Amino acid sequence: MSEAIINLMSISMDEVRNVAQLARLELSESELMSFQTQLNSLLGHFEDIQNLDVTGLPAKPHAVAMQNVFAADKAHKSLNRDEALANSAETKAGLFIVPTIIEE
Amino acid sequence: MITQLTAAEIAEQLRTKKLSAREVTEAFLSRINSENEKYNAYLSVDKAGALAAADQAQTMLDAGNAPSLCGVPIAVKDNISTKGLKTTCASKILENYVPPFDASTTISLKNQGSIILGKTNLDEFAMGTTNENSAFGPVNNPWDPDRAPGGSSGGSAVAVSAELAPLSLGSDTGGSIRFPAALCGVVGFKPTYGRVSRYGLVAFASSLDQIGPFGKTVEDAALLAEAISGHDPLDSTSLPNAKINIANLKSGSMKGLKLGIPDELFGPEIDDQVREVFELAAENLVRQGAEVRRISLPSIKFGVTTYYIIAPAEASSNLARFDGVRFGPRIKADGHIETFMATRGELFGPEVKLRIMVGTYALSSGYYDAYYHRAQQVRGLMTTEFEKAYQDLDYIISPTSPIVAPQLGGITDQIALKALDLCTIPANMGGFPSISIPCGLAYDLPVGFQLTGPIMGDEKMLQDSFAIEQAFGRDYRRPPIL
Repeated sequence: MSEAIINLMSISMDEVRNVAQLARLELSESELMSFQTQLNSLLGHFEDIQNLDVTGLPAKPHAVAMQNVFAADKAHKSLNRDEALANSAETKAGLFIVPTIIEE
Repeated sequence: MITQLTAAEIAEQLRTKKLSAREVTEAFLSRINSENEKYNAYLSVDKAGALAAADQAQTMLDAGNAPSLCGVPIAVKDNISTKGLKTTCASKILENYVPPFDASTTISLKNQGSIILGKTNLDEFAMGTTNENSAFGPVNNPWDPDRAPGGSSGGSAVAVSAELAPLSLGSDTGGSIRFPAALCGVVGFKPTYGRVSRYGLVAFASSLDQIGPFGKTVEDAALLAEAISGHDPLDSTSLPNAKINIANLKSGSMKGLKLGIPDELFGPEIDDQVREVFELAAENLVRQGAEVRRISLPSIKFGVTTYYIIAPAEASSNLARFDGVRFGPRIKADGHIETFMATRGELFGPEVKLRIMVGTYALSSGYYDAYYHRAQQVRGLMTTEFEKAYQDLDYIISPTSPIVAPQLGGITDQIALKALDLCTIPANMGGFPSISIPCGLAYDLPVGFQLTGPIMGDEKMLQDSFAIEQAFGRDYRRPPIL
């Protein structure tokens, strides 16, 4: 991959930090640096479709398009509470314990 | 030896009472016990569950009219939910996760009396090409233990290739069944998107993921495809006529079969010896009545880029659920967002983090149109090109993988690794059925022959693949080490 392309698409450390924050990933300084290099390398590779004329082409979000898949509005058997809670790191009195969101 | 039999042979001997379900199950459990350490193919083995299932299967067999795979053991990729049996996705974040429910495919297998032996190794969350991204160590290829089996369903491919199971299930998002099948010398089949339920498959890229079978032969893979396919109301992308019927499996023929080799999958990326083995196989099919032409599908060259935008974008969204609240350990930090970040930062492996970063970037404000939306447009273009080609051709053919199994740790360049998905990606983009059949050896290692066909062409593809396997004119080839 040419240096020119990498420079063109270059993503800064601040951007990497911002993406990590959006992605809810705590990364060390060395990880941030490594991801900066790898992201730039991948973005350089992605340059090939930037030069393609896609005017008027419809986007295809699905492998096989389907429409209006409805289910009957009917209650069916689901997990009981103990099963639903069984894999959680912290539970209390039949509830998931989550970190404090609103301080008193 | 029982473990050397094909699934079809085992099924036949169970029906004719030459073997019992317990005998078969014990034979595989015993082989796993002594051999799995060499391959690291299984992450967990369910001995008690398998033996109990064998006894139940025997009752069904004794009653007569049992389903075709009743009593036949199966290995299941560890991203397919199994109630009461750990499903780790080869990730630290799910290391102790025990699903409270079964995937629909798991239920189908249980209802039909199949026996789940255990859960197989994979690249973490199915993200990888060589199975080296597992948090629980790489898998060794039985053709050469210093080489990778391919990924991401490496454990499932090796389970069948090393005779640790007669059949296995994998999942295929950009080639994760067909690629390791090719590198391990077994058959791997990705059905049309929507023919096998994704309910209970831990989601990676939902618009591309599809569960499918591995077998030593086309017939074995077809038997398992039939067993797991069918409409499922729990998966809103499940097709209405999803059941794959293989009653006519053995009535295909080479005569008049029209095959196209795209120039874009036959360029310098393909190793010379792999190309030679593939060409000989194709010539063999021509001698037996098939017609092979060179064609061009120009958008294939954008496949890898398109895939590495769409799949991480979907993954970044799907993997948002792993935050230490409902499953997995929690790494505590000051606030709630800091806790999520610490948990995810600590417990996801490097490749998963990279893909979440790529996906988040591609979906973020200001870049969405340039990356994600544009990639979907190219996906549409690629699908249209394939659909047009199917107006004149039965299948697009190519080597499944540009190379034979690489040395473990042999490919360190991330782009080079990702480019190995070149031949397999288009089928996922269009939802097309696609199969890899062993067609010979290069450097004494297996080479896979891939066919990709039109939507819902699964039955014909399996039928034609059966005939093609016969035309290649050899019995199943075992790794010499066994």
